[in-house]
Amino acid sequence: MPKNNNIKKVLVIGSGPIVIGQAAEFDYAGVQACRALKEEGISVILVNSNPATIMTDENIADKVYIEPLTVETFEYVIKKERPDGILAGLGGQTGLNMALKLHEEGILDKYNVTLLGTKIDSIKKAEDRELFKELMLEIGEPVPESITAANIEEAQEFAARIGFPLIIRPAYTLGGSGGGIASNSTEFEEIVYSGLLRSPISQVLIERSIAGYKEIEYEVIRDSNDTAIAICNMENIDPIGIHTGDSFVTAPSQTLTNKEYQTLRSSALKIIRALKIEGGCNVQYALDTTSSQYYVIEVNPRVSRSSALASKATGFPIAKVTAKIAIGYRLDEIKNSITQKTAAAFEPALDYVVTKIPKWPFDKFDHGDRLLGTKMKATGEVMAIGRTFESSFKKAVTSIEDKNTGLVRKKYTAFSDEELKALLTIQDDRRIFRVAEALSRKISVEEINYITKIDKWFIYKIKNLVEFEQKLKTETLTKELYLDAKEKGFLDSEIAVLSRKSLEDVEKFRKEHNVKAAFKIVDTCAAEFKAYTPYYYSTYNEYDENIITDKKSILILGSGPIRIGQGIEFDYCSVHAAWGVKEAGYEAIIVNSNPETLSTDFDVADKLYFEPMNIENIMNIVESEKPYGVMVQFGGQTAINLAEKLDKKGVKLIGTSLEAINLAEDRKQFERLLHELNIPQPKGRAVRRVEEAIDAAEELGFPLLVRPSYVIGGRGMQVVYNKEELIIYFNSALKFSDEHPVLIDQYIEGKEVELDAVSDGENVLIPGITEHIERAGVHSGDSIAIYPTQKVKASVINTLTEYTQRLANALKIKGLMNIQFVLKNDICYVIEVNPRASRTVPIMSKVTGIPMVELGISTALGQTISELGYKPGLQDKTDLVCVKIPVFSFQKLNRIDPALAPEMKSTGEVLGIDTSFDRALVKGFLAAGYKFDRLNGDVMLSLNDHTKPQCDEIAKTLIELGFRIVATTGTHKYLEEHGIPSKKIEFFDIPKMQEHMKKKQLCFIINTPSTNANAARIGSENRGFMIRTIAEMYSTPCFTSLDTAGAYLKALKFYNSYPNLRYDGITEYRKVCTLV
Amino acid sequence: MKARLLLDNGIIFEGKNFGAQGTALGEICFNTSMSGYQEILTDPSYAKQVIVMTYPEIGNYGINKDDFESSRVFATGLVVKNYSENESHYKSYIKLKDYLKQQNVIGISNIDTRRLTTIIRESGAMNCLVTTEEITEELKAALKNFSIDKNITKLVSRNVREIVVQPKGKSNGLHIAVIDCGIKKSIIDCFKNHGCELTIFPANVTSEEILKSKFDSVLISNGPGDPKDAIDTIKTTKELIGKIPIYGICLGYQILCIALGGKTYKLKYGHRGGNHPVINKQTGKVFMTSQNHGYAADADSLPENVTITYTNLNDGTLEGFCCKQLMIDAVQFHPEAAPGPYDTQIIFDSWVNEMLERKNSILDRLKKIFTKRG
Repeated sequence: MPKNNNIKKVLVIGSGPIVIGQAAEFDYAGVQACRALKEEGISVILVNSNPATIMTDENIADKVYIEPLTVETFEYVIKKERPDGILAGLGGQTGLNMALKLHEEGILDKYNVTLLGTKIDSIKKAEDRELFKELMLEIGEPVPESITAANIEEAQEFAARIGFPLIIRPAYTLGGSGGGIASNSTEFEEIVYSGLLRSPISQVLIERSIAGYKEIEYEVIRDSNDTAIAICNMENIDPIGIHTGDSFVTAPSQTLTNKEYQTLRSSALKIIRALKIEGGCNVQYALDTTSSQYYVIEVNPRVSRSSALASKATGFPIAKVTAKIAIGYRLDEIKNSITQKTAAAFEPALDYVVTKIPKWPFDKFDHGDRLLGTKMKATGEVMAIGRTFESSFKKAVTSIEDKNTGLVRKKYTAFSDEELKALLTIQDDRRIFRVAEALSRKISVEEINYITKIDKWFIYKIKNLVEFEQKLKTETLTKELYLDAKEKGFLDSEIAVLSRKSLEDVEKFRKEHNVKAAFKIVDTCAAEFKAYTPYYYSTYNEYDENIITDKKSILILGSGPIRIGQGIEFDYCSVHAAWGVKEAGYEAIIVNSNPETLSTDFDVADKLYFEPMNIENIMNIVESEKPYGVMVQFGGQTAINLAEKLDKKGVKLIGTSLEAINLAEDRKQFERLLHELNIPQPKGRAVRRVEEAIDAAEELGFPLLVRPSYVIGGRGMQVVYNKEELIIYFNSALKFSDEHPVLIDQYIEGKEVELDAVSDGENVLIPGITEHIERAGVHSGDSIAIYPTQKVKASVINTLTEYTQRLANALKIKGLMNIQFVLKNDICYVIEVNPRASRTVPIMSKVTGIPMVELGISTALGQTISELGYKPGLQDKTDLVCVKIPVFSFQKLNRIDPALAPEMKSTGEVLGIDTSFDRALVKGFLAAGYKFDRLNGDVMLSLNDHTKPQCDEIAKTLIELGFRIVATTGTHKYLEEHGIPSKKIEFFDIPKMQEHMKKKQLCFIINTPSTNANAARIGSENRGFMIRTIAEMYSTPCFTSLDTAGAYLKALKFYNSYPNLRYDGITEYRKVCTLV
Repeated sequence: MKARLLLDNGIIFEGKNFGAQGTALGEICFNTSMSGYQEILTDPSYAKQVIVMTYPEIGNYGINKDDFESSRVFATGLVVKNYSENESHYKSYIKLKDYLKQQNVIGISNIDTRRLTTIIRESGAMNCLVTTEEITEELKAALKNFSIDKNITKLVSRNVREIVVQPKGKSNGLHIAVIDCGIKKSIIDCFKNHGCELTIFPANVTSEEILKSKFDSVLISNGPGDPKDAIDTIKTTKELIGKIPIYGICLGYQILCIALGGKTYKLKYGHRGGNHPVINKQTGKVFMTSQNHGYAADADSLPENVTITYTNLNDGTLEGFCCKQLMIDAVQFHPEAAPGPYDTQIIFDSWVNEMLERKNSILDRLKKIFTKRG
């Protein structure tokens, strides 16, 4: 069946903010889908609340609605746009759930909108545990014994019958949130309870644990003509028991015989046919290691994180093909864009090994619970391609961007063998390194396999690497040994350490022996056909297939894995950079290591290198390509951190120079510069020892803001109020920053404002200024931000503009820069200058319509702002108002304090846009998942002494809005003294509070933390911490800053009077503004 | 120990030896299957060929007792990127390298198999030599003089006549005559699993011998070499056409093409792997197939009464044809898979059903005749 010509307009559902379990992969999928539809002349309407995405760019869809993903929004937009079809399967679980809701509420029928691709019935069968189980039994596919329980009693009955361990999964949730493995009845009841709460339909699936089986996944795709194919299979190195998003994964499977491979493949195709899925689908299996018995674990009837990985691993664009299938095409009618000859109805053959490693936030949240289970905790992932498992695995470990790159790590050497074996039983992010340590001590492969259940094949391979490290330590470095090391994925820096040479000596050795990296193409067909796709990875000791053109090229550094503080915004910047570079007439080359992103789609740049973001790997590309220069401005801190090393190697950095980067990042130099420029800044000092810190504190006075230098997302940043806190901080801070000093600043509790600017070296262009709702002290990434500023005086705005101009000139910025200020008593203190693209660039580009990245590229390449058709200075502010609200993933991470702090904790963001601040604020909160409807009852207040005196207004508003205040002892006393009625709850009565939250008796909580010292929270002694954590567990909103709470109440008040909102496309909002 | 691969065009690849040592000659070909080295090595169609596995990690799950396609290795050499010294699988009873040693087959690892594949793709199929010796003028001359024996099907075929294979489980009453040109065990198994009884004949069996017994059909199997060289089998096939239903797989299909008056030709570098898409001309459905052939049937050369059933989606080559009138149905690909996807095992279902229907309708007719007479 060719294209369905009745479909002329399609509504695409985006996946909303980035949270753990739903990240950039859906931006990648969404963009591919939108483009695939537009190619067919179909008009594309997109709704997504996430402004950091590329899919919400106006050139991706015909009309973009950056609006909350609610039924109301969709009904409004559907009524207005009257699309013929709706595409939900590319918006992750959010998209599918929305499609189900729209169907259930009769909206799709009412407006005659066809759900494209997989049908409602199929989605239900795949998602509803019970229906799915029934279907599997019907078609004879084995599933582990299980029940679906809607209450604790049913669950207990099953547990009594089957026995422990049992796996619990809530129905319809993202990334298995709320699930887990229980090995006794206490754990069991706890997990079941939270699972029932998490599940939107209050259902949990409980099944016999098959922990220890091999975990195998298949990415399959089917068209309406019932042709079904398997794009890729993947084998988790970690056995069943760890969420696939938290597992080390290889593609294709390594340890399966052909019969096993084909049996599971046939099963997956049988399932996708039985479910009548049209498009991509993921099927997960458990395979016994001592028989060929297998179980079907789960089916995702949509594109997923795994399908993004499979697309990058094979070169087969699953999302694009899914979109084409949704509009009626058959697989044999869709072209394979890599070979340009063959059709999409084929299964890729790989001639390399792919390894995926998750990126966890534990380096940031070092008190967090690192145990891995059925609940996903990783924020991102890296992928590496190698011609052998060893090199692929090694490259992946390098790509993680840890401080260390090797496998055997110092920190485990102190353990005894027995301790180490005991540690091996712990499934956390460090296990693979413990395996390496165990192997280096000659603990046998069999024993490690017995303990960890990791297949022996993988352990043998890791052993090869560990033994090779030993070889490098003991043998003289010959060309042969060196080549062998390179082929196994060892970096020169590692070889240097292992063979006790300097890096320079190893590099010299390499040059003398003329050893160069070779590049191979990812072509979907193992070289069987000629490929046209410029998608490369490096290898050694092999033929170089790289095709270097005569065209002047520019290498753009990507931002690596997604982590808190360095998210999808930088992928937005990298992709726009590639487009900008192309437009400027250069060949655009991207290097990145993140499989979830659009920047690693071979369609984006002229050329893509899938490589670790390590200096050696980057230099290999530079030496092969000899680019005109390298762009380090767009890949976040990952790229900026490479600037100095590249400069040392004589590589031209395009735009802002290394001197300027260092000037902005080096504490002392920057302080001197601001002084010279006569720009105020919080006084501060850089210290290396605790004694110096105490001296500094005496000089500057408390409170103080302390942080290590050179960090991402304010890692380790904290406000300290007294000497004791300072000492605790200082002792723990040194752990992760021994080469750089700790910075101590005066903490100015004022209003924070932030701006991004484009500078051509002489003039600056400032698209706009944003204002934060939370006072300084909350990381800018975690603050609610408003554009344009609402409460900043014109004279102050002039000062901000003037300072920006002065700083840009002094730093000779060519390209993008970001400045953060704190305002107090009309004084503008500069807190931070980033000589690179920042987190806010996508938002500012969208709301102002000024293509910041493209302008950044052009100015970096020498054009002036006037030449680009813009008038320098601060641009006129629009009447459009937008409010950015951060979104957090605490439900996925245990033992992490949800309180806002100088250290960034959010994983994503949403944007509320409208023509007034109130409406934009309401939309922002709605988009972030807050509720305004049917809110009445109790609100709990528990405030620290610092904020008690500031709470009167909020408390009064609460009463005015009809809430009843429940206050903890101290807060109750304060309110009583100030004549505000409240009901007392004892501060230590945590069980009572928990009971309230469990019964949904608390609408929300306002809790300001009593101390900011994380250290004091170890052991969960702090009650405030417990309150916040329990609130997260029961999904009770908890505001930890009075400013946030105030904003929420303001929005609620407005919403109570004006609950009907309008939803418009971003261009319409801008148009309204220019007209007004 | 070092090992070398010398191509007919003079290019030498140097790698490490695993498996047997010595020197072997053959035609070089690459297979893109990502698993299934055991099935490939023991497939008789690979006789006198040196196999390059494009997937780089080989040997991972060792060798087991269930996945042999015949009693021995027919390929003369195995070229891989990375040989996995340590295998891991509960069924494995011997390492790949030790099995190759047992079978006296040379393995070479640490070869840039992607480069090698590209050369084969660009230059076309060619002969090669694998050796653990230094490459001497003598060896070069041996390669120059090497050619694949025209009698190759007879060399791989069973010499003993009439091997009877009993059905697995309950018999469905069908009895098939198989002409063994180098048959894979999986083809026999597929019929066996359906309840068919099989009698296997050598490649040079005569038509009289087959027609002597009452078979429900004849299957001409897969096998190595140029179909034009299978003179005896072509002759027998010609004599059988129209007299008994005939099915063909791979070489058997090519032989049927020639016997029908059609032509075959050599492909530049063949189809070998488990991901070849074929499209069913009637339903438009696409199937992934296991393939292993260096020659193809020329669609235009086939007579009018022949219907095209499948074509290859990659290069448009012919993949299957049938002729209702002459009771012929044949496919170029391997519906038995091994290694490869099971998508087209439905072909065995349809063949068996067709035979059963035919048999039943004959019985019905006979019954009618008898009842009329009665």
